[in-house]
Amino acid sequence: MGELIEAEGLGVNLGGRTVLEGITFSVRAGQLTGIIGPNGAGKTTFLRAILGLVKIREGRLNVLGVPSSRLMEVRQKIGYMPQRQSFEKSFPLSASDVVAVGLLSPATLLRKIANKDRRIRAALQSVGMGEYASRPFKDLSGGEQQRILLARSLVRQPDLLLLDEPNAGLDFPAQQSFVELLHKLKLEKGLTILLVSHDLVSVASAADQLACIDRTMHVHGRPADVLVSPYLKDAYRCQYDFLSTLDKERCGH
Amino acid sequence: MSEMLTYGFMQRALLAALLVGILCSTISFFVVLKRLSFLGAGISHTALGGIALGLVTGADPVLTGSVFAVGTAMSTGYISRIGKISEDTVIGIFYASGMALGIALISSFKGYYPELFALLFGNILSVSGRDLLYMGLALAGILVFVVLFFKELLAICFDEEMAEAGGLPVGPLYMGLLAAMGLTVIASIQLVGVVLVAALIVTPGATAYRLSSNYRSMLVLSLAVGIAGSFGGLFVSYYYPVPPGAAIVLVLAVIFAAAMALRPLLNK
Ligand SMILES: Nc1ncnc2c1ncn2[C@@H]1O[C@H](COP(=O)(O)OP(=O)(O)OP(=O)(O)O)[C@@H](O)[C@H]1O
Ligand SMILES: [Mg+2]
Repeated sequence: MGELIEAEGLGVNLGGRTVLEGITFSVRAGQLTGIIGPNGAGKTTFLRAILGLVKIREGRLNVLGVPSSRLMEVRQKIGYMPQRQSFEKSFPLSASDVVAVGLLSPATLLRKIANKDRRIRAALQSVGMGEYASRPFKDLSGGEQQRILLARSLVRQPDLLLLDEPNAGLDFPAQQSFVELLHKLKLEKGLTILLVSHDLVSVASAADQLACIDRTMHVHGRPADVLVSPYLKDAYRCQYDFLSTLDKERCGH
Repeated sequence: MSEMLTYGFMQRALLAALLVGILCSTISFFVVLKRLSFLGAGISHTALGGIALGLVTGADPVLTGSVFAVGTAMSTGYISRIGKISEDTVIGIFYASGMALGIALISSFKGYYPELFALLFGNILSVSGRDLLYMGLALAGILVFVVLFFKELLAICFDEEMAEAGGLPVGPLYMGLLAAMGLTVIASIQLVGVVLVAALIVTPGATAYRLSSNYRSMLVLSLAVGIAGSFGGLFVSYYYPVPPGAAIVLVLAVIFAAAMALRPLLNK
């Protein structure tokens, strides 16, 4: 399979407002794509469109070879880590209980989940959290919780992984190691990853492709090219100045 | 104690206490996890409007009350979803309107309604075989629903967005949970009355929540607290001149306070 996501002139309205328009963009299998853009730009909405959770007003969207009208068919092959951690932090679940939530789908209604423990263990191990299975989720550090949530989005062995600001609130070393983990998962499992983040530095260092969304797609391409685009210079002035002092080699390929 | 069990009304009361104890503590588990406590209080007060409607029209007040309770619970969920308003806000409106309707109906149809006092404050000692049947049916229906969809309901309480992204029928399941809550409230009104029922669907879960780090133990503890509270209250009211409803709620409060006090000792 060549292109896992293909959007052409994609437009989405929410609450009567145009949130996305004219998004033309594609993602090849096995790529890690960083998505950047200011707050309210429509990044989360774009991920929700790929999941089939918002209605598409115009344009075309193909995901895993299926048009947007039939996204339910491939939903099981998409792993998702939502942005808002809407859940109660003190909820009485163990790390493996949290991962188990990722196994639920219409197919598991009124059924037992097959090989549940084995799949949960494998997912926890793939993010380096094998030892934490029975630990109460609420007692884990922010960085450990993020990894558990990543395991939850991996537990159904998806082909495509959508991560909405997974490294927000982590300190710099934790952000770096989280992105390195994504890089490793991409290579080992052949995963295709869409990573929304405000952290240009770590995203640019791991991404094969960088896309900047602000209602429409402003620039996308190789990180080295996107980072020097005039658009980005305006939008991200202060981070940009910092970036330009970095060795360009680290951002490019 | 054994003498207490020889009375027919006491046997029925104990059975009712057991049924309501199980019912309330099961629902309480979800009420606490999904933070629906205020909704519970709201449903019971709105149900008063339905009960009053039954009393003045001569229809079965339990039936009209059930329709109001389940209707309120589900429309609150529906309105808060489509209007993106919190459940608390919506039920705040229903709460007062239901009470107001009850007051308006009862004062304009001037009659003598001896049942009214029992419905406001509960009267477990007058529970009839028919009441028990209703409670038994409600319990059976709710347990079937909860057992069949337990993992999905838990997921919805924990993280609705993920449940939705996984393709679960979040809306219908949530509505089912709210309907179960409405039925539980009505079934429990017999025991403790409209005014106190909220305690029954909040305290067992809240106590268990304080003491557990895992939902499995929380569920078991919630059941234990709920049953202990309703039995304990019944015993207290048998030996002391306290109405059973008030006694049950007070016993639950004492258990909660003890759990708060004991918790630091449990935590290493
Ligand atoms: N359900 C909705 N109804 C109406 N407008 C919405 C809805 N959801 C999002 N929006 C609007 O759509 C725009 C894009 O929102 P979105 O959450 O996709 O932005 P984002 O790029 O993810 O922002 P952030 O970086 O803050 O997460 C915002 O202006 C937001 O207010
Ligand atoms: Mg967002």
